[in-house]
Amino acid sequence: MSLRVSELRVYYRTLKGDVKALDDVSFTMRDGEILGLAGESGCGKTTLGKSLIRLDGRMRHVGGTVELDGRELPIGDDRRMNAFRFHEVSLIPQYSMSAMNPTRKIGKMVGELLRSRGVALDRAELESRLELVELPRTVLDNYPIELSGGMKQRMVMVISTLLNPSLLIADEVTSALDVSTQKAVAKALIGFRDAGFVKSMIFVTHDLALTSHIADTVMVMYAGKLAEKAPSAAMVTAPRHPYTRLLINSLPEVGVRHADKKLSGIAGSPPSLLDPPAGCRFRARCPVAGDECAQEPPVAEVEPGHFVACWKA
Amino acid sequence: MRQYFGRKLLVYGLTFFVAVTINWMVPRFMPGDPVSSMVARAGVSNPGAVETMRAYYTGLFGFDQPLWKQYANFWGALLQGDFGISIWVFPTPVSEVIMGAVPYTLGLMVPSVLLSWVVGNWAGALAARRRLLDNTVLPVGYVLTAMPYMWLAVLLAWGLGVVAGVFPVAGGYSFSLQPSLSWEFVADLLHHWVLPFLSLFLVALGGWAIGMRNMIIYELESDYSTYLSALGAPQRLIRRYAFRNAVLPQITGLALQLGVLVAGALVTEIVFSYPGLGSLILKAIQNQDFFLLQGTFMFIVLGVLIANFIIDIVYVVVDPRTRAGMAGAQA
Ligand SMILES: Nc1ncnc2c1ncn2[C@@H]1O[C@H](COP(=O)(O)OP(=O)(O)O)[C@@H](O)[C@H]1O
Ligand code: SF4
Ligand SMILES: [Mg+2]
Repeated sequence: MSLRVSELRVYYRTLKGDVKALDDVSFTMRDGEILGLAGESGCGKTTLGKSLIRLDGRMRHVGGTVELDGRELPIGDDRRMNAFRFHEVSLIPQYSMSAMNPTRKIGKMVGELLRSRGVALDRAELESRLELVELPRTVLDNYPIELSGGMKQRMVMVISTLLNPSLLIADEVTSALDVSTQKAVAKALIGFRDAGFVKSMIFVTHDLALTSHIADTVMVMYAGKLAEKAPSAAMVTAPRHPYTRLLINSLPEVGVRHADKKLSGIAGSPPSLLDPPAGCRFRARCPVAGDECAQEPPVAEVEPGHFVACWKA
Repeated sequence: MRQYFGRKLLVYGLTFFVAVTINWMVPRFMPGDPVSSMVARAGVSNPGAVETMRAYYTGLFGFDQPLWKQYANFWGALLQGDFGISIWVFPTPVSEVIMGAVPYTLGLMVPSVLLSWVVGNWAGALAARRRLLDNTVLPVGYVLTAMPYMWLAVLLAWGLGVVAGVFPVAGGYSFSLQPSLSWEFVADLLHHWVLPFLSLFLVALGGWAIGMRNMIIYELESDYSTYLSALGAPQRLIRRYAFRNAVLPQITGLALQLGVLVAGALVTEIVFSYPGLGSLILKAIQNQDFFLLQGTFMFIVLGVLIANFIIDIVYVVVDPRTRAGMAGAQA
């Protein structure tokens, strides 16, 4: 087992109270697995990704544990967590377009970053990886401003995976790109996994259709909780959670990118995470909700590897 | 790159041309007739002698020629560094009068502008790092920037000069001394320099500190800083990047502020009767010496333009993005 997340709770401190963005989430990942993480905007995908690498100043680790390759990650301890960052857990951030220092040549910045982590730059290795994502080695002598959006995206991809991390979190890496570039980036990510540059990967997106293409397993979150987790094929053909069903049925054809529009096409909106209602969080929008749904549904394994949190699944 | 500087030079050249023209026009359309006032000052009562004198001065300054010729002559003389003869200290050439004042103004401006910029940026960068310091730098900075030049200068003159009596409040050096390269004179010079310098330095300091603090905090919250933190880069590296990127807008700020700083320096000189260009302007106006006024303005305009150009060059040297932009981005 590569990653084991148990009962993880991470809240945002705000003036109005705690925003329970990650509320009792548990799941595991195998070695080599690509996990697609999907769900409406605001359901906690970015929060989960950040929790595994670096909590920002407003986030608080309230409970639960994360275990990577058998070792517990001290996610609430910024200082101790540093040893794992980049080496064991790495991130391709949502903001890849602006992730590089604008006033440093890219090659120089990479060298300085590596040296600051006590690693010597292996120029040959770096160049071979650039080749893999079809970037000319001359980009190292460029400033970020001289690269196109897609090039920056691929450059950040190469930087983030340079130390062969065990776990890579790719947050919305395809959202800002056009369809053909999306495919290329997805292919490159799979290539990195196959080449062993990263052991396992969490691929975050709100685009369920794209997720099922690249991921081995898909996990759908709703309002800070896990709704359903299943192998990609099962998720697309036989979803069990009412929310996932609505999401899948609203996709006109898998592979066509209409998910953006359709995800918000489900009537109603998710509950506030400041003070979420008791019971199933999807109840207010659920077409099949019943009395039992006033109780919180536990996550149950309905088939091997297929987990659902719903009384009626 | 060449195109960039070519364009800049063109803009500066144009500015210079316009400035020269305005400069030539303004004193000529100012109320008051300098020749009459000079004749009056001579105190001659014989009407014949008055007429002779008037003719003499008019011819000397070239007022009997048509306007366009005066304008052309003005340019011709200017290009030879000839600003005419001063009326106030007749018959000293204006260029000589100006050259006597320039060292005082430069000696006041250059250290106060550079030091306040450097110290202000340094204090702001520190403030962005430490809460305690932030709580001091920020309010002090706001008080200093909100203070008018005049006011701080007067306050300093009154506090340190009149009440405490530590520093002299007027002049460039003591009247009892003759300018020379002796230790005594240099010490006296520095002694007189402290108050005007301090008032200029303090007033500019706060603005730079606040600007730098805000820029660094902005840079530390920017995406590249967050990314580096996520990859476990030490604060040292992140701060180094943030500082460098925050300094760039401060350099632009310096260029933008230059005019204000010069104006402040001129006012400060007047407050402290410091014998620089500011006092010269006052004297020129009081004596309706428009050659001197013109020459002084010309000199200031030229100085500001040159300083701006230097800052442009510095900016291109330190900000790679301007260079990359000039070379043209690749797709
Ligand atoms: N800095 C913050 N302060 C307070 N609440 C936040 C903050 N960042 C995110 N949230 C809340 O946490 C929830 C999850 O956000 P996020 O993880 O960014 O969602 P996603 O990535 O799935 O779109 C949202 O309800 C959002 O409003
Ligand atoms: S538990 Fe009830 S409300 Fe929640 S999804 Fe299932 S049926 Fe709907
Ligand atoms: Mg997000």
